[in-house]
Amino acid sequence: MSALAAPSRVQRTERMARRRRMGSFMTVVVWCAALLSVVPLILIAAHLIIGGARVLSPTFFTALPAPPGVSGGGVANGVAGTLVLLGIASVIGMPIGLGAGLYLAEHGRTRLATIVRYLSDVLSGLPSIVVGIFAWELIVRPSGQFSALAGGFALGMIMIPLVARATEEMVRLVPVALREAALALGFTRWRSSLQIVLRTALPGIVTAALVAVARVAGETAPLLFTAFGTPFWSLRLDRPIAALPLQIYNYATSPYDDWRAQAWGGALVLIALVLVISIIARRVTRSRFGAATGGARGD
Amino acid sequence: MLPDPSRSAVQHGLVDVEQWSVWFGATAALSEVSLRITPGGVTALIGPSGCGKSTLLRSINRMNDGAAGLRHAGHIRLDGADIYAPSTDSSVLRQRVGMVFQRSNPFPKSVLDNVTYGARLNGMTDRRELEALAERSLRRAALWDEVKDRLGQSALRLSGGQQQRLCIARALANDPDVLLLDEPASALDPVATLRIEELLYDLRRDVTIVIVTHNLQQAARVSDRTAFLLAGRLIECDDTARLFTSPREPRTEAYITGRFG
Repeated sequence: MSALAAPSRVQRTERMARRRRMGSFMTVVVWCAALLSVVPLILIAAHLIIGGARVLSPTFFTALPAPPGVSGGGVANGVAGTLVLLGIASVIGMPIGLGAGLYLAEHGRTRLATIVRYLSDVLSGLPSIVVGIFAWELIVRPSGQFSALAGGFALGMIMIPLVARATEEMVRLVPVALREAALALGFTRWRSSLQIVLRTALPGIVTAALVAVARVAGETAPLLFTAFGTPFWSLRLDRPIAALPLQIYNYATSPYDDWRAQAWGGALVLIALVLVISIIARRVTRSRFGAATGGARGD
Repeated sequence: MLPDPSRSAVQHGLVDVEQWSVWFGATAALSEVSLRITPGGVTALIGPSGCGKSTLLRSINRMNDGAAGLRHAGHIRLDGADIYAPSTDSSVLRQRVGMVFQRSNPFPKSVLDNVTYGARLNGMTDRRELEALAERSLRRAALWDEVKDRLGQSALRLSGGQQQRLCIARALANDPDVLLLDEPASALDPVATLRIEELLYDLRRDVTIVIVTHNLQQAARVSDRTAFLLAGRLIECDDTARLFTSPREPRTEAYITGRFG
């Protein structure tokens, strides 16, 4: 019975002190973990800026790659090529991903949805070089040449599951009450999906889509034998096209010092591009009428 | 209030529930409920939690459609037409039978857009027409004076009570024959609740109103007729005054005197 007796005042104070010590200790631990998690990013960024800033100049953005030993080459075709590839990838990946995500969110409990969701997870776990081989087999081999289209197709494949799952999650966040409001006003199911649910979730979906674009912008492996790369200026969709990641790969693995310096510059430009896309994504998220979750603001 | 001159006396909105039963999977939510809701006036559905009053309310505009494992039997007729007939379009039905929910659910859009959303769905595009509709509906919902200067603002900036009246205005903009309210004031403070109740008192003149409430005083205050449900069955339906003063069923008496529920 004595074990069940209420703890004395002294015991309670001691326990409280122990809990406080444990609390402060854990605060320091998670604080350190948080700090460590951003250290790699800071190191990479610092390294890139130091290495890349040397070759950055206005001509770096306007000039085509120069042969080894010739100074003043640039990545103009790589930047343009990457943008073209991202465009093709978005045209393929976004509508399919958006539609699939909407389907998964609205009809998520059907058998087909379970299968689609599982396969979409498998696809997002697929090594990107395998996606490249698929695009090669499907487009490059039959057409007999490397092309921007094949590269964009490969990147689009990678985007589909990213956009689909993000769309599904964003649409699921839309309160049931909002759907019911639309249905009760006489909206058909698909109209309430498109006009109310999708529109409410749109800022989140756009953000997710842009994050997906940023993610595939740096993909190199799927482009190796699809877009292939070229040192020349080309925007033709049926011809090989340059891409920043490919140029970085080629320059960085070359034996020439000036090319390796160019690789640093290219990497810096690529990171900057991704950063710009991310910033746009953040801006879009701030919609005019607030977040998807409504609710009264005071009474 | 500005009663619609085209409808001096309420002639539409007769809801006839006949032997209506609803199951969710193996669970019976409603068993052979028969109830006649005459045009105009307020009918309150009362009963303890889980008695099926919300299910019955949501049956009247088919909001239960698509629920997992839903089955039903019997008929619900609106002005003589079976609303569960294959030829009935549920979205057309819901324009005639509006609904207001427990928690206010305005769209994350402007006040004006919220009120006119149903009309724009039906193809109304003229800006002046839409604004006139918004004013008429907001006046009917006793909200116009409070929001007339902030029609372009987000509806989410309104207070909880204002949001709920906005939802009522949004439903009224469809000019429904029947308005269903599912515990519309349960999330509101007493003052906001009072305003909703006053509003229902005015609206009963041109809309048939059915309200679910777990607040017996509220049922007694706002309704002309009250139906008491228990475990999925309709126990008693009578004029509110009579049901609360001299119920015929001992179970009704036990509930309204607070012996259970």
